[in-house]
Amino acid sequence: MKLKKDHTLRTLTIGLVVVLVFGFVAADWLRFMVQMTMATFLVVLGVMLQMRAGLVSFGQGLFYCLGAYVAGMAGYFWGVTDVFILLVAGTAASVLLAVVLGFLLVRYREIFYANFTLAVSMILYGLLVKAEVLGSTDGFNVPPSTFLGFAPKGDTLNMLIFILTCLVVYVVAAVMNRYLNSTYGYLGDAIRQNEIRVEYLGASVRRVLHKIYVIAAAISGVGGVLTAVAVGHVDPDLAFWTTSGEFVFVALLSGMANVMAPLVGAFLLELLRTYAFEYAPYTWQMILGVTMLMTILFLPGGLWSILSKKQTEKIDDSDPGN
Amino acid sequence: MTKLLAILIDGGIYASWVFLMGLGMTLIYGVMKILNIAHGSLYALGAYMSVSLIGFYYASGTYPPLLGYAMLPLAAVAIGLIAGLLIERGVLRFMYGSDEVVMLLVTYSIFLILEDVAKLIWGVDPYFAYQPYGLLGTVEISELIYPVYDFLLIAISLVCGVFTWWALNRTRVGKLLIAVIHDREMSMAFGVNVKLFFTVTFVIGAAFGALGGAVTAPKVSVVPGLGVEVIVLAFAVVVIGGLGSIEGAMIGAAIVGVVRAAAVHLFPELELFVIYGVMALVLAFKPYGLFAGPEVRKI
Repeated sequence: MKLKKDHTLRTLTIGLVVVLVFGFVAADWLRFMVQMTMATFLVVLGVMLQMRAGLVSFGQGLFYCLGAYVAGMAGYFWGVTDVFILLVAGTAASVLLAVVLGFLLVRYREIFYANFTLAVSMILYGLLVKAEVLGSTDGFNVPPSTFLGFAPKGDTLNMLIFILTCLVVYVVAAVMNRYLNSTYGYLGDAIRQNEIRVEYLGASVRRVLHKIYVIAAAISGVGGVLTAVAVGHVDPDLAFWTTSGEFVFVALLSGMANVMAPLVGAFLLELLRTYAFEYAPYTWQMILGVTMLMTILFLPGGLWSILSKKQTEKIDDSDPGN
Repeated sequence: MTKLLAILIDGGIYASWVFLMGLGMTLIYGVMKILNIAHGSLYALGAYMSVSLIGFYYASGTYPPLLGYAMLPLAAVAIGLIAGLLIERGVLRFMYGSDEVVMLLVTYSIFLILEDVAKLIWGVDPYFAYQPYGLLGTVEISELIYPVYDFLLIAISLVCGVFTWWALNRTRVGKLLIAVIHDREMSMAFGVNVKLFFTVTFVIGAAFGALGGAVTAPKVSVVPGLGVEVIVLAFAVVVIGGLGSIEGAMIGAAIVGVVRAAAVHLFPELELFVIYGVMALVLAFKPYGLFAGPEVRKI
C-alpha cells in the first residue's frame, strides 16, 4: 500500500500567505472575522485533540477564558501590554492549571469527563461573575497591546495583531500537524479505539491523556490571549458552558482527520454568527442545533470527510466516541 | 439563629426547586442512559406554557382564582407530552445504542433547537404571571417573612419525589422498569416492551422538567435563556447524587440548596462557586456520585 504524502504543511504555508495578503486588501470587518476564526480554531483544535482520544470536553472554555483573563489582567493591573509576554503568560497559566487538573481528570471517561470539565470551567465562571475587581459579569477592557516596546495605534495596531495571529496560528498548526503524525499523536487514536490494548503495548494511557490535556489547554490558552488582544474586552461568558459547547460543535462539524479541519468549521461558525445576528437573530441557535444533529446523524466524519473522500486509504476517523 | 433558620428555609426552597429539575434528569439517565441537556429547554418551555395558561385563565376573570393553580401541572403535562414525544419519537429513538457521549451531543443539539423554538413561539419579551404567587399571601416565621407559595413548592417537590419513589419501588410497572434499568436485553427477552418504557419514561421525565419551569414561572419574569443556567444546576444535582439515583438526586438537591443558601447569606461572592465547587469535590472523590455504585467497566 502506498502511503499518501502529507501535504498539510504545504497547504498551511500557502494558506498563511493567502490570508496575509487577504488581510491587507480585505475590509476591516472581514479581516476581523478571519482573525476571530483563527483564535477559535486554536481552542477547537484543543477540543479535537481530546476527541481523538475519545474524550469530549464540555469545559474547554476554562482555558480560553483563563488565557484571555491573564492577558487582560496583566495589562489592566500591572501595565504589562507586550503581546509576546502576554502570550507566554497566558499559555503558562493554562499549562500550570492543566498539569494540576490533569492528575484528576485522566481518571475519567465518557460523560464523567464531560461533566468534570464542565464543572471546573463553571467554577471559574462562578468566581469571575462575582469578582467585582474584575468587573463581575461585564468584564473589563484590555489595554491596547505593544510589540517589544513599540506602541502602534489604530489601524497599524489592528494590522499587527492580525499578522501576529496568523503567524502564531501557523506555527501552532504546523507543530500540531507534526505531533498528530508522531507516535504520541497516534496513541490518542489508539486510546479511543482500545485502551487496554494500548496499555498492553507498553504505553501509559494516563500519561498520554495527561499530555493531551495539557497540550489542549496550552493552545486553548493561546487562543484566549489572541481573542483578548483582538477584541479588547474580556468577560466571564468566555468560561460559560455554552461557549465550550460551541467549540464542541465546531469540532464535531469539522471532523478530526486533519489539523486544518477545525479551520473550516471555525470559519463557518464565525460566518454564521456574523450573518445570523443580522438576518436571523432568533433562529441562529436553531441553525447550529440542526447542523449539529445532521452532522452526528449523517456525517460522523465531519465536513473534512467530504473534502478527503477520495483518500480512501486514510485512517477512518468517523466516530468520536468509539 | 435567625440567619441559620433563613439558611435552612431558603436552602429548602432552593433545594426543592432544583430537585424537580434533577428528578426528571436522573430518571431519564437511569433508564435510558441519556444525560439530557435538552432538559433545560423543557424547563423553559414549561415556564412559558404555564405563563400563557395562567394569563389566559385569569384574563377571562370568571373562574375561581384558586383553580388557577391547576394550570401549573396542566402546562407541565402538555409540554411533557408534546415536546417529550416529539424529542423521543422524532430524534432520540434513531440514536439508541450510540455512546453516551454521542447522546449527550444529540441532546445538546436539541437544546439549541428548542431554545429558538421558544423564541419563535413566545417572542423575546418577558412574561409575568404573578397571580398564583401573590394569591396565597405570606407567612411569618420568627421575623422572617416568606410567601406561602414557596412552601407550596416544597410540597410539590416532595410529592413528586415520593410519588416517583413509590411508583418505582412499590408498583408492578416500577419493578419492571427497574428490571429494564438493570438489564435491557434480558427484560426484552422476558417480554417487557422496552421501547414503550423508554418513551413513557422520557415523557414523564420531560414533564417533571416542565413542571419545574411551570412552578417557577410565577416567581420570575420568563425571558429567553431561562434554561441555560438551570441545566447546569440540574447537572450539579444529579452528578453529586449519582446519575440515575432518585435518593441521590434528593440528597444532591439538599446539599446544593443548603450550600448555596449558606453562601448567599454568609459569603455572597461565592454563590455560584460553591455549587460547582461541591460538584467538582464530589466528582474528585466519588466519580460516580454519592449514591451510585461503580459501574463495571466494559471494554
